[in-house]
Amino acid sequence: MTAPHTLSADAVPAVTTAAEAGLVACPHCHLLCRDAAGDDPALRDRLRCPRCDGRLHPRKVASLSRTWALLIAAAILYIPANAFPVMRTSTLLSTQNDTILSGIIYFWTSGSPELAVLIFSVSIVIPLLKLVTLSFLAVSIHRSATTGTRPRAHLFRIVETVGRWSMLDVFVVALMVGLVHFQGLAVIQAGPGAAAFGAVVVLTMLAAHSFDPRMIWDRASAGPPATKQTPTGNRHG
Amino acid sequence: MTEPLVACPECDALHRRRALAPGTKARCVRCRAVLYRRSYLDLDHQLALVTAAILTYMIANCYPIVDLRIQGRLNSATLAGSVLSLWQEGRESVAVLVFVTTLLFPLIDLGALLVLLLLIRRGRPAAAFSPLLRFLQALRPWGMIEVFMLGIVVSLVKLSNMAQVLPGIALWAFGTLTVLLAVILSMDLHNLWDVGENAIKRPAAVPQP
Ligand SMILES: [Zn+2]
Ligand SMILES: [Zn+2]
Repeated sequence: MTAPHTLSADAVPAVTTAAEAGLVACPHCHLLCRDAAGDDPALRDRLRCPRCDGRLHPRKVASLSRTWALLIAAAILYIPANAFPVMRTSTLLSTQNDTILSGIIYFWTSGSPELAVLIFSVSIVIPLLKLVTLSFLAVSIHRSATTGTRPRAHLFRIVETVGRWSMLDVFVVALMVGLVHFQGLAVIQAGPGAAAFGAVVVLTMLAAHSFDPRMIWDRASAGPPATKQTPTGNRHG
Repeated sequence: MTEPLVACPECDALHRRRALAPGTKARCVRCRAVLYRRSYLDLDHQLALVTAAILTYMIANCYPIVDLRIQGRLNSATLAGSVLSLWQEGRESVAVLVFVTTLLFPLIDLGALLVLLLLIRRGRPAAAFSPLLRFLQALRPWGMIEVFMLGIVVSLVKLSNMAQVLPGIALWAFGTLTVLLAVILSMDLHNLWDVGENAIKRPAAVPQP
């Protein structure tokens, strides 16, 4: 470990990775195992963790193609999720269809601006941010980007943790449907947008799960990921 | 003895494992991801917490969340009742999504954790230990009680404009459950692998240094 310390803002300590040391961390129980498979793909598929019997893969399998497939599906469903009503309120006098956006406007105008901001953040900003950020990260992997590694790793961690909160509006709709059931007086029903929106949240969560953040660092360290025996010296590029 | 080395789950960097003080976590020097944590709670505390959470879960789902009154008519709803309404209306996919994330997975999570802790406490983890723990880890991101709790709050504000809202027993139970789950989820599941492994190993089988 005699790496020269360059004092840039992005300076990251030089380390040895498990892959470089010929080890695989079990994705389930994190046990470090010797990578007996090497370059043999047939053996690779049969390798199992001695502690938990889980499959041993040094990186998530087909990570980028899975992430892209899920992202594209989520992006397509994002349109009906916002265009169709998520909730339909029928009273004696009228029927009102609410989309996600009109629900937010309702909170804004009815004297709960903080709730309007909250729902805007989790229902509009977070799903969009997830789609854009995961696409950006995937593109940066394709382009073998070597700069901004740490910010990209942070970005991924944020996207992964906040994603679940997008489910908020689906839960609100579910509760309203269950509670407002007064025959002849008022009834609330879930609209087709609710199903599309729920699917967007699930798909973006799956996309984040499929993305392997270790790829960000693999490409940043010297050369393609296949070079396992790289010495740990010249890492600061 | 546990494995002396640990690889960062987010960047694969190798680190030497160190003993942690209770309530602290070790982070990766390169990407700052959490490598491993040590809880304030020992096994018995964890068992007590999980048992309390299961009881709270029962209360939260057996009683109405709120009672709603419009023009003298009263309607109350439980979480399961809301899921059923969604299903009957033909929104099956939304019903399944809500059922799975707020009812099924949190219950399986707590149940599996209870079984795992009891197995460790008995000192002889059964053959079910590894599959159960792997299942629990895969399931965990999909339990969303805390998001649901926020959903209750938002719904209450929304409903208070159209009707008289009377909080039910389950409302407080869900609040308590959210707090209990926050503590339970802050315990590192990965520690159970080491604890479980040490529990199975007989003294003779301990590897030499
Ligand atoms: Zn394992
Ligand atoms: Zn790391």
